[in-house]
Amino acid sequence: MTRIEQSATFAVWVTAFLAVMFLLTPLVVTIAVSFGSSSVFTLPPPDWSLKWYARLPATKGLAPSLVTSLEIASLSTLIALLLGTLCAIALVRGRFPGQEAISTFLVSPLMLPGLVIGIAMLQAFRELGLRGAWASLLVAHVVITLPYVVRTVLGALSLFDFSLIDAARTLGCSYLRALRKVLVPSLAPAFVTSGMFAFLASMDNYPISIFFTDAWTKTLPIQMLQYVEESPDPIIAAISTGLIVLAVLALLVADRLIGLRRLAEF
Amino acid sequence: MTAKVAVARRREPVDRVAWLALPAVAYLVVAYGWPLLLLLARGVTGPTGLTLAPFASFFADPFHWQVVANTIKIAALVTLVCLLIGYPTAFALAWSAGWAQLVLLAAIILPLSVGVVVKAFAWQIVLRRDGVVALAMVKLGISSEPVRLLFTEAGLVLGASNVFLPFMILPIYSVVKLIDPRLNEAGATLGATPFYRFKRIVLPLTLPGILTGVVFVFSLSIAMYVIPSLLIGDRFQTLATLIGRSFLFMRNEQLGSTTALVLLALAVFVVAGSSILARRLERSQ
Repeated sequence: MTRIEQSATFAVWVTAFLAVMFLLTPLVVTIAVSFGSSSVFTLPPPDWSLKWYARLPATKGLAPSLVTSLEIASLSTLIALLLGTLCAIALVRGRFPGQEAISTFLVSPLMLPGLVIGIAMLQAFRELGLRGAWASLLVAHVVITLPYVVRTVLGALSLFDFSLIDAARTLGCSYLRALRKVLVPSLAPAFVTSGMFAFLASMDNYPISIFFTDAWTKTLPIQMLQYVEESPDPIIAAISTGLIVLAVLALLVADRLIGLRRLAEF
Repeated sequence: MTAKVAVARRREPVDRVAWLALPAVAYLVVAYGWPLLLLLARGVTGPTGLTLAPFASFFADPFHWQVVANTIKIAALVTLVCLLIGYPTAFALAWSAGWAQLVLLAAIILPLSVGVVVKAFAWQIVLRRDGVVALAMVKLGISSEPVRLLFTEAGLVLGASNVFLPFMILPIYSVVKLIDPRLNEAGATLGATPFYRFKRIVLPLTLPGILTGVVFVFSLSIAMYVIPSLLIGDRFQTLATLIGRSFLFMRNEQLGSTTALVLLALAVFVVAGSSILARRLERSQ
């Protein structure tokens, strides 16, 4: 290696090291603040304490918003997995005009500004007479989660060899059994990846949800932003730390199931 | 993105299978396509038919030009910062193995799975006058006294780059790991200098990944709402924060809808422009 190449390689590793520090900064700061005794976010904290966690159960609106978010995220992910997989099968196996356009349309909600989609839905749902906050949130969140499923399952299906299903049938499997024994296992990693990212996208959505919440039905990000704006104190850091722990657990499970490297396949 | 959803060609015509697409497509048409069309239709029709009057009055106000300029400037800066950090990091991710790769992957994917409100809140703490960044700058001798970065453009760019960095690293990584190392060796054997090899081998091969990453980060940056709300406040408006304010605080739906269409036009322009560029790249290689 020449000296130029050596210094380029060195620069790459230094940048990567700094990038890791940079990426982890907000998570480390949040966790440190949540265990500190100071209410003004002094870092490093003067003393360690669990008092912010002790106050969590009494925090107004936290539990209901968490429940709403979990309900909406899991239901919308399930609906998206069902609709998205069926649609991906049609796009890979079917022959009909406009397939390219349809797949672009299906993933387009990812590329358009959330607030714009949100106000468009707000006005349209009003027109349709859909008024309930919970139902509107669910309808809207399926639109958010569907692109993740379509994109990933489409990619996995286009690599799948469909003659394997014929082979299983020749060997005596019924059609449904062949699907279950051959197709479903080879799509499982795609279901895990897309399901996880879809679920997280729904849990995290702010710009669309904000138009469909009322005084009684709020999702977690909406409720949290309200805390931040009204009374910023380390209780928010304690909630955030809980969410970070959940994310770590989800990643550990995903790593066990399909390996972390596969999650990086974008 | 369209390149990734390339549809595999099948051997036998099975047209009945096409109906499986119907539920998803019908759902998106009703819950997403039609609302967008409605927004567009209402934006360009007045009491006397087709009109562009709302846009004329929108752009007659110099404040709105400032808002458009703010949006594009911040998005461009965030994209640049992400590219400068993300490009080398993608190489490190592709070259690394074992625990080093595990650390890199975890550092990239874990923040992706943590909500944006959490991260923006953390940056509020980091960027304060007594925050980590200000104190580090004093220690390193960059500034003589602690600087408050919160509610400044620099703070906004820093926080937003942090949130969107994984969307730059991952697409570039996906092309870097496909590069055959023998190409570089062949170039060296034939006497090409490192700079020449980077320019003629590595850069062209990674260009599609750069393009995808740039489009991801730029699109996310022009649309971000939570991050500027927490990191810069009301004095600095972008298209997205203006939409949010007009709907949620000013109750001015007309202004909100017009602004939304301007932002939509910008987003569509970026995505469409990039897919034309991507197609041209593909053809030239």
